[in-house]
Amino acid sequence: MRLAKATLIWAALAIAICVPIAFAAASPLLAWRGPVYILAGFAGIVALGLALVQPLLIAGYLPGLSAYRGRRVHHWIGGALVVAAVVHVGGLWITSPPDMIDALLFASPTPFSPFGVIAMWAIFAVALLAAFRRRLGLRTWRIAHMSLAVVIVIGSVVHAMLVEGPMETLSKATLCALVLAAAVKVMADLVRRMRATSRGESLAR
Amino acid sequence: MTTLVLSRRNLLAAGGSVLATGISGLLLPARAEGLAPTPSMSGGSNNYRKGAAIVDRIGKGGFWMSGTVRRAGDGAPLAGQRIQIWAHTTEGQEHEPQSHGATLTDKDGKFRLEMPQIIPIFGQPHGHLAYDSGEFQTVFLRPVMRSAKETSLEAHFVLQPA
Repeated sequence: MRLAKATLIWAALAIAICVPIAFAAASPLLAWRGPVYILAGFAGIVALGLALVQPLLIAGYLPGLSAYRGRRVHHWIGGALVVAAVVHVGGLWITSPPDMIDALLFASPTPFSPFGVIAMWAIFAVALLAAFRRRLGLRTWRIAHMSLAVVIVIGSVVHAMLVEGPMETLSKATLCALVLAAAVKVMADLVRRMRATSRGESLAR
Repeated sequence: MTTLVLSRRNLLAAGGSVLATGISGLLLPARAEGLAPTPSMSGGSNNYRKGAAIVDRIGKGGFWMSGTVRRAGDGAPLAGQRIQIWAHTTEGQEHEPQSHGATLTDKDGKFRLEMPQIIPIFGQPHGHLAYDSGEFQTVFLRPVMRSAKETSLEAHFVLQPA
């Protein structure tokens, strides 16, 4: 029974991420794009998929991974998100430098660009803060990371939904909804736990 | 019904006002009180290539870019104006030379150029147009298609003297 549940959870996660990637891979638009542009686009889709895995990992919702393992994988995937963002932006820069420069300078005519750029900076900020998380203290780190995670999730989801590209609309919307739902659920749980701890601390005093 | 009274005084007054507007119109033909000039759109000049050749058609065609060119102020159609057009199409990326072409406006200030189907690039299906012949101020436009399935796109220029 437990095995069946575990299999089901992992299968659902794989479907949620792989179906939108498969639809995008079958898009006719790819025929008119160069390899660098295609790579840049898929780096963005993969990043969106990883944004779904991250909260599930840290909350221990993925069966078969111990809390320690889950946290380790969360760190690695955080690094992968940085790489994906760099490949996404770097590939688009190579494809059309003036369009990418406009986006980075918040001077782009496309409404989705600022959302993506802000999410990118928030991803970089989390990675930088993570390097100093011991010095920050657990509470400060959690608040900083969660605030930035809110920016990353909302920024990425709005960015993805407004972009008209190879992603198929329904599978994209489903993935975005799952990314949003996972983040809300895990953060709500963590906030509740943090409140309980601080209440416990003040009672003990 | 009104009766027109052609007195010396009326004639002088009417003639004077006609003369006044005529002269100021010649001195300041692009005053903002009439039709306002079209401003360049952000990102409009991206992947622009100077001096695209005037062509009957860009590539194999199948998609129509059209529009009008008028003078700011009085809105008079401007004939023989050169409009450059480029986009990411089924036959090439925006920066590639074969994606660029130019056409001239007819006597009604209208232009129309056949080009390959525009497809979404950088998240939006859009085209680029430029007026940069020098007689009027340079304008770069970047119209967006309502749907990637559309097979035509329009852009309208209102130019002011350089």
